[in-house]
Parts: sequence; C-alpha cells; structure tokens
Amino acid sequence: MTTRPSINGGDSRRWLRTAVLVPYAWLLLFFLMPFLIILKISFAEPVVAQPPFTALLEWGQQGWAGIHATFENFLFLFEDDYYGIIYLASLKMAAIGTLLCLLLGYPMAYFIARQPPRRRQILLMAVILPFWISFLLRVYAWIGLLGNRGLINELLLKTGIIDTPLALLYNDFAVYLGIVYSYLPFMILPLYSNLERLNLDLLDAASDLGARRWQAFVDVTLPLSVPGIVGGCLLVFIPAVGEFTIPALLGGADTLMIGRVLWDEFFVNRDWPVASAVSIVLLLLLLVPILWFQRNQDREQEAAQ
Amino acid sequence: MSQHATATPMVQIRDLSKRFGDAVAVDGVSLDIARGELFAILGSSGCGKTTLLRMLAGFEQPSAGRILIDGVDVTDAPPYERPVNLMFQSYALFPHMTVFENIAYGLKKERLPPPKIKERVAEMLALVRLEPLAARKPDKLSGGQQQRVALARALVKQPKLLLLDEPLAALDKKLREHTQFELSNLQYQLGTTFVLVTHDQHEAMTLAGRIAVMAEGRIAQVGTPGQVYEYPATRDVASFVGNINLIDGRVTTCEAGRISLQCPALNAQVAVLCEEQLGAGTEICVAVRPEKITISRDAPDARDRNVVKGVVRDLGYFGEQSLYRVLLQSGAVLQVSAQNIKRMATKTVEWDDEVFLSWEVASTILLRT
Repeated sequence: MTTRPSINGGDSRRWLRTAVLVPYAWLLLFFLMPFLIILKISFAEPVVAQPPFTALLEWGQQGWAGIHATFENFLFLFEDDYYGIIYLASLKMAAIGTLLCLLLGYPMAYFIARQPPRRRQILLMAVILPFWISFLLRVYAWIGLLGNRGLINELLLKTGIIDTPLALLYNDFAVYLGIVYSYLPFMILPLYSNLERLNLDLLDAASDLGARRWQAFVDVTLPLSVPGIVGGCLLVFIPAVGEFTIPALLGGADTLMIGRVLWDEFFVNRDWPVASAVSIVLLLLLLVPILWFQRNQDREQEAAQ
Repeated sequence: MSQHATATPMVQIRDLSKRFGDAVAVDGVSLDIARGELFAILGSSGCGKTTLLRMLAGFEQPSAGRILIDGVDVTDAPPYERPVNLMFQSYALFPHMTVFENIAYGLKKERLPPPKIKERVAEMLALVRLEPLAARKPDKLSGGQQQRVALARALVKQPKLLLLDEPLAALDKKLREHTQFELSNLQYQLGTTFVLVTHDQHEAMTLAGRIAVMAEGRIAQVGTPGQVYEYPATRDVASFVGNINLIDGRVTTCEAGRISLQCPALNAQVAVLCEEQLGAGTEICVAVRPEKITISRDAPDARDRNVVKGVVRDLGYFGEQSLYRVLLQSGAVLQVSAQNIKRMATKTVEWDDEVFLSWEVASTILLRT
C-alpha cells in the first residue's frame, strides 16, 4: 500500500487514528480482557476459597514464579459424555430453531420487500417493535400464555376444544417457540435488506425466457438471496446456541442447553474452572461458523470487484 | 419484406389500451408490423412506449384491445408462453450465472436435451463473438459485452419477435455506432422481426425500416425514417424528430395547390404547397428544417423560394457544418445549418452579418395545428 500525502497534513490523520483507536480500545478492554480472564480460570483448579480457583502464577519458596496450569478441566469435559451430549443438544436446538426462523422469516421478508415503500417502513417497524420491551419480560410473558392455566389453555378449555390442558410449557416445544419468537427479527432484517435490493428485471427476464413464477424464484431469487440467508442464520444460530434465558424460563427439566449448564457450574457447583472451560469450548464451537461466514463474505466482495 | 407483403403481419396490435388508475398510458394503439421488419417505436419518456413494449412481452395485461403474433392471439398468454423475447435496457443478466448459463437458461426452461443446448448456445456465442468469455460472470464483462450476452440470450430461443428496450442507451458513443451496424446486420442475417423502443431519434432512424412516433399514449405517425423526417404529420412529430423551425401563420390566399400565408414572426408572406383547399384566415403552422435554409449575404433569386432577412446572432462551427441562429426583425430566431463544402471558404458569413435566408417552397412543411 502506498501512503499518499493528504492535503491537510497529519492533523486529520491523527484524528482518524484516535477515532479508530477508541473502538479498538473498547473491544480490548471489555471483550478481550474478560475472555483472557475466563481463559486463565479455565486452566485453574477449583478451591473452596475466595476467589474459588487457584492462581495461574505461583510464587515459589526461592522467589521463583511458577506457572500453575492444568488441562484437567478440558479433559473432564471430554471424558464425561454429559457435556458432549449437551453441546450436541444445544447445537441441535439452535439449528432447528434457526431453520424454523428461516422458514418463517423468508416469506415475511419477501412479502415486506415487495410492498410499496411506505408500507414497507410500517411493516419493518412492526418487526422491530418488540425490542422496545425487555427481552426477559417478553420471554416471561410466554409463561402466562402457555401455562396450564395460561391464556391459550384457558381459551381452549372454555370453548370445549380440549378437556385437559395441553402441555405447552416447560418442554422443547416452548424453547423452540421462545427462540423463534425472540430471534425472528434477526432473521428477517438481513433477508429483507437482501431481497429488497433484488433487481426485479431479473424476474421479468426469467419469465420472458420461459420460467414460471416458482421457477423464477428457485432459479433467481433464491440463489441471489443466499448471503441474506447465511447472515440471518448466523445471527440467529450463534446467540441461540448459548441461550440461557429461554431454556431456563420456558424449558423443562430435561431441556439440556449449554447455557444452563454454564449457569449451574458457576452458581450451583461453584466450579469456576470447569464453567470457564465450558464457555471456552463453546466459543471455539461458534468460531467455526463465524470464520466460515467471514470467508464467504470476503469471497463475495472479491467477486463484486 | 416484399415477398411477405401480402401475408399476415407478424405483429397485429388492435385498439390496445392500458390504464393505470386514472392515467392512460396507452390509448387505442393499432399497428401492423410485417415479418422480418426492423420496427422502431419512438417517443419521449412517459409517452407510453415502454408500457406498449411490456404488453407485447406479456408483463402488462392490456385494459382493452388484442395482440396477435403470427396470427395467434396472445393477449392473455403469460410471458413464458409467448414466442417473444425481450432484451432489457438494463440487460438483466443473471449475475450468479456465467455467460454460458445465461444464454442456456431459456433453452433449459424448454427442457431441451443438454447436448442440443450446448450446440445452440455455442452457435449464439459465435454469432455475437463471445466464445472466449463463455465461463465468465456478467460482472466481469464490459458494457458492450454484456449487451451482446443479453442479445444472445434473447435470440437463442429463436423468437418470432424480438423486443429491444433502448438497446444502445447504456453504451458510449463510439460503441453505439459500432453496435448499431452490428444489430442491423444481425437482424438482416436472421430475418427475425425486431421491435425496438427508444427515445433517441438517431437510434430509431439509423436502425429501423419504419418508425412509429408515439405521443401521449397514441401513435402520432408511422412511416419510414425519411417520411417521418421530411413529412412530419403533426407539430409533436416535427419537433421531436430532428431540429426544426416552427412558424405560425394565417392563410391569405389559396390557389393552384399553393397557399400563401402571412407570418407575423417572419414579417413576410410564406408560400407552401398544399393539395387541400383552405379558407383565408385559417390559422396553420409551417415548418422548415435548418438544413433546408440557405444563408447568404447577397439577395437570392426569389423564384419559388421563401426569403426573409435577418442578422446572425450566434454561430457554431462543427467542422463538417456550421449552425447559425439568425435574429429576424420581429424578434423571432431561425436556426440554419450549412455544410462547409469549401475548405476555409473566404466569403463566409460572420457574427452580426446581415443575411438573407431562403428556402424552397417545396421544402416548407405544412402542419395542421
């Protein structure tokens, strides 16, 4: 890269550097530091003390600093099937939740993108509107809707459609419902911004060349919306894997998700090192799809140039 | 064209109208387009030409009227069932497909066997000289190459009618001239009926055998480029096609196929040929093209010519020709163009020269207002 002398000298560049530095400093402080702390704890041993884990650096008798690290916690995760099963179960629940979001979100995004501009704004607003209420409250509200004496069961019982309340709450169904409900906007928005940009001449061209409407969709709209699909799926999948609130509030005792295990290890077992190891492994599991997405985007940008 | 002159026209448009709410985009258009013709629909933006094109392609449903292609009524047929293909102004190439896949798309939808598809696409690639680029994606092509892919893709299904929406608009000037000739050669070679829609009179005149000039949803005139240029039917056509001087006047005498009229703008009597009998006092409009006017410093022979006097106010030298804007006594301005036949002519007309403008009575166009 060549450096070009700018007209107003180094002043603007210094400002630019500061402006870039601030977010990086922010990330360093509030993202990297906690991560390093967690990483450090994951190599420690649990002790009944305050803090409840051994220090990484140990001062020996002769004033030597020794590193006290153990892979015990990670080995423990791999030895015990329990964790493996939970990781897989979390990935599966997140994957199914993401798929449901996609199946529901795609038609919605498509529909919004084909509306006249004014109505588009209103419909998008409606998609974003739930964010104005606390996430926790919204998930909590579902308990009132799904419970045995909840709104839905009461209504069905009163109208005589059912005799005994349906088990809607505290099971996997409720968790999927919670995931779809909470994360649907994250699927719709990237899909919308992709579908809205679609050149409608392309659909006319396909139709002109002999494609029926559904064929034009399969041949043109769908492949061109892949970036939107990938973006939406990642935005839903990544937070859904580590989701704690939804399984904790809506899930049953047998709903195993890694977010709950994490909580239990930290606050019930007070085994901070294992809990840290659990979150480090989770992070690594999620890093793979993120990197894949990044590479995908890079390649697309290359193609665009 | 001559051998099919008596056969059914390839395209028959009958009283076609299209309304969008209260707005009338196309208003009772009827046209016959012959087999193998290169026909242009010319008009300014908003004249309804694009709507007419979209109705021919099947993207818009007419409010009234019928469209017949090769004698078959296709008015209610969807685009994918018409023997018509369209080359889009934006080309509308599928960005996720290669050049080959773009051209093959229409054949795939016809469920042609793959070897046959390969053969036909190869033929088209050769026709538009794009064989080396078959594996490229459209965004890796220049504008001219994209245009040729779009053309190949529209022609590969061997449509009975090829529609072209502003085919040269997106090309730069050099490429446009080149493509113009390519397009008419291709049309001649294939014998396919081409209908192109354009707002560019040069594009229409150089490409088309016949032109329909559209204004406000109606056909104002249909004719060869020469007819439309030399014998415009209305004021709209006259002013839209080429430069022209429009002069209003009132009939004073009318005899022996010749009208004399008083034109306040010229402060003179102007003669124009006319077969019709028009009463004295009738308000009409005459027009004369800038290149039909002769400019001179000496008084010209006034026999069978209309002559006025003025002062050169503006002069533009374009190399092959010069353009003059001549101010008349009444304050009106006439445009005159003159070929620079002699190299560095010594006796040229200059700024502020008093000049005589004259043109043949036969070159004066009579327009009914």
